[in-house]
Amino acid sequence: MTRHLTEPAAVLATALFIFALHWMNDPKTARRGVVAGVVGMLVAVVATWVQPEIVHHGWIVAAIAAGFVVGVPLSLVPLTAVPQRTALSHAFGGLAAGLVGTAEYFLGLAEHPEALTTFRMSAIVAEVILGFLTFTGSLMAAAKLQEVKWIPQRPVTYPGQNVVNIGILAAAVALGALVVTRAATPWAAHAFLVIVALALLFGVLLIIPIGGADMPTVISILNSYAGLSAVAMGFVLNSKLLVTAGALDGSSGLILSIIMCRAMNRSFTNVLFGAFGTVQKAAAREDKVWKQETVEGAAQLLEQARFVVIIPGYGMAVAQAQHKVRELYDQLVKRGITVKFAIHPVAGRMPGHMNVLLAEADIPYTALAELDEINPEMPQCDVALVVGANDVVNPAARYARGSPIYGMPIIDADKAKTVLAIKRSKNPGFAGIDNELYVQDNTWMLFGDAKTVLGELVKQLAGGTGLH
Amino acid sequence: MIAVLLLAPPAPPAAPAAVDFWSMLFVFVLATFIGLGVIRRVSRLLYTPLMSLTNAISAIAVVGSLVVAGADYPVTIRVLGAVALFASMTNIVSGFLITDRMLKMFKKQ
Repeated sequence: MTRHLTEPAAVLATALFIFALHWMNDPKTARRGVVAGVVGMLVAVVATWVQPEIVHHGWIVAAIAAGFVVGVPLSLVPLTAVPQRTALSHAFGGLAAGLVGTAEYFLGLAEHPEALTTFRMSAIVAEVILGFLTFTGSLMAAAKLQEVKWIPQRPVTYPGQNVVNIGILAAAVALGALVVTRAATPWAAHAFLVIVALALLFGVLLIIPIGGADMPTVISILNSYAGLSAVAMGFVLNSKLLVTAGALDGSSGLILSIIMCRAMNRSFTNVLFGAFGTVQKAAAREDKVWKQETVEGAAQLLEQARFVVIIPGYGMAVAQAQHKVRELYDQLVKRGITVKFAIHPVAGRMPGHMNVLLAEADIPYTALAELDEINPEMPQCDVALVVGANDVVNPAARYARGSPIYGMPIIDADKAKTVLAIKRSKNPGFAGIDNELYVQDNTWMLFGDAKTVLGELVKQLAGGTGLH
Repeated sequence: MIAVLLLAPPAPPAAPAAVDFWSMLFVFVLATFIGLGVIRRVSRLLYTPLMSLTNAISAIAVVGSLVVAGADYPVTIRVLGAVALFASMTNIVSGFLITDRMLKMFKKQ
């Protein structure tokens, strides 16, 4: 009797998942989406759990309990750590797919070799390759984002890297084809394990040459892979629910990857095989010098402005400066100054990273503006305040053909009447490129930790109102 | 609702059912188009929570690991299933919780 439950439950869960994503089109309805997702998940899990073939309930309870023990703390990480949490969850998704694929293969081999049809074997091989490469690739990405000590942050490249990477993937696929056509021979099981090993290795090697500035794109691509591995698992298990949910995840990752690539004017292949951010020497140019501004001077500039645009970048996240940004925002708004935030799609380490950090600091989302909304307004802007952003405001993107960021749409900070830039050090940004915005005539630099500098600015502004 | 479920024709046996490749592919293609259509309309403010939400949703892979971990299979197979179940469950729990935590922060004023 319970057998009849799975299909209607799957239909209901699918509908709920689609609604969940639909409600994400507006922050006002978005939380409803979480409820829909949770209900859909519960329905599907319960309908599966009550099936008669499930007899080891203790194992299930233990695994679910362990999932809660690890999952709850993971959901409480500071929002600056959300990119690595996301990468870690892609790793878990890939791992689940890879393990289930492996289990299905060995189960089939031992009990129903006739059920390992060409189609089913192809799906298993695809699931295992995608799953395990997503697993190690995402773990590497998470480690880089977490700045784990023994994982190099800077891109690691060597001659022939792409040949090696593609060779390993090709070997895995070729072995896969052999295993598919000779599923039941004795050596097939060994070959299968070699495929697993190659996929694990490929995941690591794929991410090694990727630098921090490419993380938003890479996380999106890994998101897509995690979705596709769930799709392959759906094919293996003959589950339309899994195929649908995986396809939703996969297409979400795909759309985000496309948006991120466009925002950097780069292609997928270029991100994955281009090794961005290796030593890029800017063309020799006459050495212009920075002009440093004092906190007092900067506060005065801000006080006299009518329209201020704040441009946050990864530096704001690193310094955990979003709350100080909020205090500055309050000080300026109190004076009747219009304040907007210009958010570049690839600012930060994952799509939407800046929006979440600013929302955490209670900045109303109506004050956040996207690249194409804010750029036409930049010439009217009195002060553009750059907080830990670098490449996304580099004017070289417009004309410097040799530059790795050439063609990337940027926030036109340089068109503001005055630019104030807060920067941690005098070193170039992540991409290793000089930023001539900083040496422009109307640019004033504030060197120091973003949180400290903003704190001093707020103190200055607050003190100022106290006197008048 | 219950009556309809009881009257439904018996489902095919659970053990390795023959997979209907074309109907699965059909579902995959249609779901991808729905996904592209729905995701394109997602607010640009919400890309980070979107990613954690889709991640939690695709952890529906849990239904696969439930069977592998809970059915009467050899122990090694069930261990693989249990680890997969743990991984999916972690994604479900942390994914939904953190999505809601982030969405709570988006306020208009």
